[in-house]
Amino acid sequence: MYAFKYQRARTLADAAAVLGKDGDAKVLAGGQSLVAAMKLRLAQPSALVDLGGIGELQQIKVEGGAVTIGAMTTHAAVAASAEVKKAIPALAALAGGIGDRQVRNVGTIGGSIANNDPAADYPAGCLGLGATIATNKRKISSDTFFKGLYETALETGEIITTVSFQVPRRAAYIKFKNQASRFAIVGVFVADFGPSVRVAVTGAGPGVFRIAEMEKALAAKFAPDAVAGISVPAEGLNSDLHAQADYRAHLITVLSRRAVEAALG
Amino acid sequence: MTKFAIGQTVHRLEDPTLLQGQGCYTDDLRPQGAGHAFVLRSPHAHAIIRGIDTRAAQAAPGVIAVLTGKDAKADDLGYLPCIVPVKNHDGTPRGDTPRPVLAFDRVRHVGDPVALVVAATYHAARDAAELIDVDYEPLPAVADVFAAAQPGAPQVWPGISNNIVADLHMGSKDATDAAFARAAHVVKIELIQNRLVANPMEPRAAFAEYDPATDRSTLHTSSQSVAMLRAHIGDIVLKIGDKLRVRSGNVGGAFGMKAMQHPEQPMIVWASRRLKRAVRWTSDRSEGFLTDVQGRDHKVFAELALDRGGRFLAVRATVYAGMGAYLSQFAPMIPQSVHSMMPSVYAFEAAHLHLIEVTTNTVPVDAYRGAGRPEGIYVTERLIDIAARQLGIAPDELRRRNFIKLSQLPYKTAAGLVYDSGDFEGLQAKALKEADWDGFPARRAASESRGKLRGIGLTMYVERCGGAAPPDSVAIKVNRDRVTVLPGTVDNGQGHTTVLKQMVSEYLGVDMEKIDVSQGDSDANPFGLTGGSRFAVVTGTAASIASNEVIDKGMEQAAKMLEAAAADIEYRDGDYKVKGTDRRTTLFDVAGAAGGLEALHIKNTGALTFPNGCHIAEVEIDPQTGVTTIERYTIVDDFGRALNPMLLLGQVHGGTVQGIGQALFEHAVYDNDSAQLLTGSFMDYAMPRADDVPSFNTSFHHTPCVTNPLGVKGAGEAGSVGAPPAIINAIVDVLYAKKGITHIDMPATREKVWRALNS
Repeated sequence: MYAFKYQRARTLADAAAVLGKDGDAKVLAGGQSLVAAMKLRLAQPSALVDLGGIGELQQIKVEGGAVTIGAMTTHAAVAASAEVKKAIPALAALAGGIGDRQVRNVGTIGGSIANNDPAADYPAGCLGLGATIATNKRKISSDTFFKGLYETALETGEIITTVSFQVPRRAAYIKFKNQASRFAIVGVFVADFGPSVRVAVTGAGPGVFRIAEMEKALAAKFAPDAVAGISVPAEGLNSDLHAQADYRAHLITVLSRRAVEAALG
Repeated sequence: MTKFAIGQTVHRLEDPTLLQGQGCYTDDLRPQGAGHAFVLRSPHAHAIIRGIDTRAAQAAPGVIAVLTGKDAKADDLGYLPCIVPVKNHDGTPRGDTPRPVLAFDRVRHVGDPVALVVAATYHAARDAAELIDVDYEPLPAVADVFAAAQPGAPQVWPGISNNIVADLHMGSKDATDAAFARAAHVVKIELIQNRLVANPMEPRAAFAEYDPATDRSTLHTSSQSVAMLRAHIGDIVLKIGDKLRVRSGNVGGAFGMKAMQHPEQPMIVWASRRLKRAVRWTSDRSEGFLTDVQGRDHKVFAELALDRGGRFLAVRATVYAGMGAYLSQFAPMIPQSVHSMMPSVYAFEAAHLHLIEVTTNTVPVDAYRGAGRPEGIYVTERLIDIAARQLGIAPDELRRRNFIKLSQLPYKTAAGLVYDSGDFEGLQAKALKEADWDGFPARRAASESRGKLRGIGLTMYVERCGGAAPPDSVAIKVNRDRVTVLPGTVDNGQGHTTVLKQMVSEYLGVDMEKIDVSQGDSDANPFGLTGGSRFAVVTGTAASIASNEVIDKGMEQAAKMLEAAAADIEYRDGDYKVKGTDRRTTLFDVAGAAGGLEALHIKNTGALTFPNGCHIAEVEIDPQTGVTTIERYTIVDDFGRALNPMLLLGQVHGGTVQGIGQALFEHAVYDNDSAQLLTGSFMDYAMPRADDVPSFNTSFHHTPCVTNPLGVKGAGEAGSVGAPPAIINAIVDVLYAKKGITHIDMPATREKVWRALNS
């Protein structure tokens, strides 16, 4: 780790001011990816602005058919929230399956989606549930928020404040874990909103993406068989030591079917 | 009788200390003023060092010293020794791969050390290391053991043609060829022994202190043998002999890897002596992947010859064994065990190994839990499974036809080992019953009704423990109220302290509470090594003899105190007693009066022991994803005798999980072109975890060993020998039924299994 300045922000405005002045400063929102990268000397921020002291960023609200989660809410808090479990059990389960207990107790939803790791779980939850990401400047649809490998629509100095999820009729998330890291080799989030269905895939490609053909088939008939015959082209998918692209493509179909099964209970 | 004698389940005495964080590992030693070291390592797998500019680093804040291979050469440091001589089949000695403390003119693997920075803090040392400018001229590199041995491959060492550092034949080639010539059936296999990273929980560490008054250095280091490190580092590398003392405190896992000297240990002592101050270094996990000696790495071509009735005639193999960039301490000896283990528990006529030891631009390879025995047993047990299918004989029946029988013991195997004991047929029968072998078809049908594929895999194993070299030793000291036991071995988590107290408690008839165990100091005990599952056999025997020597030494003093002739004194339950009377005095009173009693027993019998057993794995495969789950796992072992059944099962569980790790998950993968390690962290290198393994069904079928007084055989590595063939045989049971496939290489990952099922 290289030396850096640590600042604990009291308000969002404080944090934004520091980030506005110092282009090399970074937000500390749990640090479960960032601090690990710093320890390996792969990241060298000049300063860390810790958002952990801003209470308003840690609230969970369910109202008007939406679940709104503060950006600094930990995965463990989402997983344990009775309100989330009742409204969108698949979201609570997703949060409860991130990393390990230590990661879940410190890592946050805002940190996860701002980092946009191509194998992270929350991007699939956000895109699958059509989430709206609110920042200190604006509101961004999940359909335009995730821009591929570690890239998002966030601008310099922009800080996520909340993430709002539409409550679906039913949903499920199935993850096929990397044997070593336990990140998703492929993760599929399926959400049935009545007339429309969303299918979001993480881990398989350079960033989270939807599968229109499956969504259309499931909107017509929300049943496992509807997606069992739909294959995704391997081209453009990740191919590495842990899974070649064709295996990932195959897994997307298998997991989509299983996610529909799980959503149907 | 003492309260906790041999054979009882005594809970680990080590645990309250370790589990409450009160242990003392090498990295816990942080005296003020110690210099912190960082080792700069090669990013290239193979390169010439044209020059190293350390000026900026020398001038960096907090830097105390920057040392390079040039400095080591100027100080006339020796090379890290490989202590195993090998004669090639043409009579010439094996090739030599001199391994310096710091690379001097060439680096040969990614992670090879090129400079040492000592600074006031770790971060200052690491920051300064980034300022060192090394001028490398990259050279072609080779990582694959088989590719490296082919003509035209990049050469790791100028004088070693085709990278073949040793080429030898073991066993009778003629007898083996003759048996193959008259065989009715010949079964063949080509396989790999996947390369593994030891990954102990506690990384390697070295901390050196210097005492100017005596000019002595003390190296504190996480190890399996303070005695051997003292000799290798003190005598051979640093050439300071007894001016080096080596100590080990608590050790958090070692698995063979920490028996080996690594460059950082002499490096840190050398720096400390130059600077006349304490210097400390601890590996981080990334360095561990790039520098801890690794395990296995074989490419194997093997054949089994059978007669018409399914009787084994002979087994032969050609093994290309990866040695890495330098020959580590024991490295060339490890794959030789493939030959001694190939006949396993079967009555073969002949066994022949053509062993080709190959250097590559990778981390050196040395002993890893099992150390050659898993490699040998895997070859034979895979061949037997293929033969059973080819001949249409059930795998248990084929093994039964070929077991060495009780009536044949002692039995000299085709590899020349003499088995003293073991009821292989009875043991297999017990395992089949424990595993409900006969109920498998019903369980397979039940799995299939749920869309899953079920397979069952059987393996026998035997391994070789004990042995004379290096000598092991136990010192015992008694004063007027305590007994102190000083073994030459170092506990790495096995529970040596608990078992030694149990043993000496029984030998001396003294309660465990009055016994202390003190280990890990080369000044206190100059011999000994933890390794090869030899603690129970060798240290246990040495402790028994040393205890008797202590008792004998007290006889005359006891006779004086009891006013009787020494010949009339007997020793029982901690007391010296005049025979036929109630006149007695205690060991402690005698020791007190004699000014202490002590004995150091060094020699051991050199006898070998042969733990053996049977593993039966039952797996379920999800054909849609290739995921393999272990549904049932049965183990029956013959360890001769249990010193402490609970600790014994701990060894069985740990070894088996490591074997499952090798079979399903673990693989040190190098890039073929650059020889960069692709699985250099836990993000990419998969370790077995608790949720990957089932609850094991374990039992024993002990037949006492007759070559040592305790009757024990050793257990530390057994699980790592049995698990790989059991798991792979079970997976192939599915692949053969569905696709006619007879082999899948380790690790049998989900993707590999999925591809096999969809081939």
